[in-house]
Amino acid sequence: MKTKLGISFWLSLGWMVLVILAALLANVLPLPNPNASLVAAPNLGPSIHHLLGTDPNGRDVLSRVIFGSRVSLVVGFGSIALGLLLGGVTGILAGYYGKSVDFLFNSLAMIFLAYPPLILVLALVTFKGHSLWVITIAIGIVGSPLIFRIVRSATQSVAQREYVAASRAIGAPTWRVLAKEVFPNVAMTLVAFIFIAVGVAILAEAALSFLGQSVAAPTATWGNMINDGTNDLAQNPILWLWPSLALFFTILSINIIADRLRVRFGVRDSFI
Amino acid sequence: MTDVRNGPLLDVKSLRTYFQTSRGTVRAVDDVSFTLESGSTIGIVGESGSGKTVLSRSVMRMLPKAGVIHDGAVLFEGNDITQYSNEQLRGIWGAKIGLVSQDPMTSLNPVVKIGRQITESIRHHLSIDKAQAKEMAISILKSVSMPEPERRFSAYPHELSGGLRQRVTIAIALACGPKLLIADEPTTALDVTVQAQILDLLSKLQRERNMGMILITHDLGVVADRCDEIAVMYAGKIVEKAPTKVLFSNMKMRYTQALIESIPRLSAPSHVPLRSIEGRPPDLVGTPAGCRFAPRCHFADERCRTQEPPLMRAESENHLFACWNPVGGMVPPPKEVISRLGITPIREDSILRSN
Amino acid sequence: MEEILNVKDLVVEFSAGPGKKVHAVSNISFALAKGETLGLVGESGCGKSTTGRAIMQLIKPTSGRVEFEGADLTTLRSKKLRQARQGIQMIFQDPISSLNPRRKLKDIVGEPLAIWSNISREERYEKVREMFELVGLDFEASQDRRPHEFSGGQCQRISIARSLMLNPRLLICDEPVSALDVSVQAQILNLLRELKSRYELTILFIAHDLAVVKNISDRVAVMYLGKMCEISESETLYATPAHPYTRALLDAVPEPDPFVERKSDAHHLEGELPSVIDPPSGCRFRTRCPYSQDICALEEPPLRDISPGHQVACHFPMN
Repeated sequence: MKTKLGISFWLSLGWMVLVILAALLANVLPLPNPNASLVAAPNLGPSIHHLLGTDPNGRDVLSRVIFGSRVSLVVGFGSIALGLLLGGVTGILAGYYGKSVDFLFNSLAMIFLAYPPLILVLALVTFKGHSLWVITIAIGIVGSPLIFRIVRSATQSVAQREYVAASRAIGAPTWRVLAKEVFPNVAMTLVAFIFIAVGVAILAEAALSFLGQSVAAPTATWGNMINDGTNDLAQNPILWLWPSLALFFTILSINIIADRLRVRFGVRDSFI
Repeated sequence: MTDVRNGPLLDVKSLRTYFQTSRGTVRAVDDVSFTLESGSTIGIVGESGSGKTVLSRSVMRMLPKAGVIHDGAVLFEGNDITQYSNEQLRGIWGAKIGLVSQDPMTSLNPVVKIGRQITESIRHHLSIDKAQAKEMAISILKSVSMPEPERRFSAYPHELSGGLRQRVTIAIALACGPKLLIADEPTTALDVTVQAQILDLLSKLQRERNMGMILITHDLGVVADRCDEIAVMYAGKIVEKAPTKVLFSNMKMRYTQALIESIPRLSAPSHVPLRSIEGRPPDLVGTPAGCRFAPRCHFADERCRTQEPPLMRAESENHLFACWNPVGGMVPPPKEVISRLGITPIREDSILRSN
Repeated sequence: MEEILNVKDLVVEFSAGPGKKVHAVSNISFALAKGETLGLVGESGCGKSTTGRAIMQLIKPTSGRVEFEGADLTTLRSKKLRQARQGIQMIFQDPISSLNPRRKLKDIVGEPLAIWSNISREERYEKVREMFELVGLDFEASQDRRPHEFSGGQCQRISIARSLMLNPRLLICDEPVSALDVSVQAQILNLLRELKSRYELTILFIAHDLAVVKNISDRVAVMYLGKMCEISESETLYATPAHPYTRALLDAVPEPDPFVERKSDAHHLEGELPSVIDPPSGCRFRTRCPYSQDICALEEPPLRDISPGHQVACHFPMN
């Protein structure tokens, strides 16, 4: 019996596909340079030439929203990929081997968790500069102990299942037990969590750029556009709306996708 | 309230419970009737998927959302539970009908002390104060032969062995002095040695308190000397029902016979192949014509595959079976077919005597 | 008789917090002759499953030897151990949990060959097909399905198929039928019996149900709280149990017949299983034994012969 994913899932997926395509194809789309000033008069309302109007510097808002999505997506998916590499691999090893391996990695994770994440990110950004990669790595490092903890506990419960013992009994070497028996089952329980983590990372980047600590201006990000928009409320009262809507729908879509996948891949109960 | 003394404690009439699933309607309980008097025990026996658990939950009307009582009545002390509101149901769950389920590990709340799990039900149903409830709980723990009941009152479930945990669930079920106790595979998760203790305890309490008890199991060995009556279920239907000794000495239904023969016995020599029932119970979505056991039955003939056998009366009173080729041949014309089940009487000339 | 497995002074202990030890298996020894079926019986917590897993080295024994076909498995590591152990395979209690829910049946059953042999995928699936037929499963209909679509009995058949892919000499069955309905249990027991003669298997059959064990075993060993109580030919053990614990286990088996009077002198075990962290001194069964004397608390009864092939660890054996 398969659960239906539902219309909300497909709408969300559609939105994500649209956002990702736009971000990938931004350079070939007929858009003005997002950082070029005065491509038209400042603070224009939406028109046929500038679908979302222009900002106080006369920059095309649609173009900035689309180019800004690149930062959000790279940071969101990139940092979680890094987090999975650091936290996921150690989590599986700690959860499967237990004992001293677990003690070592778990202690490290606890130390990281005890450190205020914002200070960690700010320190990294301050010393290494406000580039996209530094931001991505910083958020990835901050997220990895959390990912570690979740992967570790998922692995611990999978490692107790008899099919893992059965695989060892057949004579499977450890790498094969981990790759064929443990990993696929851990991964399935993690799919939903990973999507939510991507959403959190995107929000974290937006918050950082709102604080002026993300990718340096004039590169557009949704976070710094919202920040600018709120500063320019007097001249252009709806400027903040576009990046906010983009952020809102993206996070909402990611969460809906995560939720539906959780239901779909969650533990199946036998029926009746 | 109807006068209790006029009828049996429990009277289940043509009960049908269906589940709506994406594959179609599952007829988990399909036209089941039985009665149970106070102070007696009925054993309901069947394989997994026979509908025995759904039947017991239907009697309590404690069904998952997808399950609906489609037809029939469950008269408990003369009142039809199928017509009860949720409010009324909560009034009888725990208070008048107690449930002991298969796995004490999952039916007890792991983070609540067992004392509180017992007193909760007492205080919910019999408005009494905390101290009195505790006193009562300890005396109930004593009555289920819990060693050191005072100390165990403040223990957590994980601190007890499987057998002791099952005693706790029995204590909870009995806390408010129910009239009917439903024990759903109460010993399947336990060791043989503990199994005997728990079954003895259930029988003793049932006699002492004059309760009606429904004992559900897949193991005929478990019910053999502990039930007054046994109903064998297959694919949602009762296929044979008789007082225990009658059933064991004169079983009619081929399925009952196969079920008994598949049990390994201590008295049998080693290395003797067991008679097994090949195949699986049928899918309860769109059940085929004829006897539902026919595809797995060595004795099935054309009629078994096309015509469903009704419940027929055997030689002795209270012995019903549904089989066209019963063990020992068909009895001389069963004059009465149980008419209140709404089954069309079979013609006498259609009844064969095979030996 | 040629010995295939020899377990000597096997001890398995787990740490249970500082200064505390779980004495799961304490100093047990037994041997299996080629082609025989030994039933290993006891209540949950007696160490019978741990013994099975320690033989497989799935749990590292604390001390003792496990000689399989002459090689001491406890001294082997990693690849050498895995190779030496190919001849032993295992079937687990929970038929559904012992199969990976994300894999297809043909890959689950083909896994041992995927690990150990270099044959092509087609050849592998061909062997899987043969094995499916042998254990009574329809290959065409089930090869691409996943375990949750099957009943407990069918899943146990799949486990059995997987365990036979490497032509093992010894099969360790850890409560293979206790999670199944009686009707299905009979199917699996019959299948095991059939496969045993076909493959000339030696079987260590771990179970708590003495009637099931009697049906399949040549010899039976009874464990209590990590200790071996009694080992004997199964006919002898069932007819004349010498250890009071064996007797109590036998008396607890329900007879599916209301006309059999329950023995008036039946031994019902009273009380609870003592803690494995702090087991009783002397004979571990003495706290629940009706015949217990002072000596039982002071001295541990050794496992000794009371008749040829019948060993018992009791100061006051019955009969």
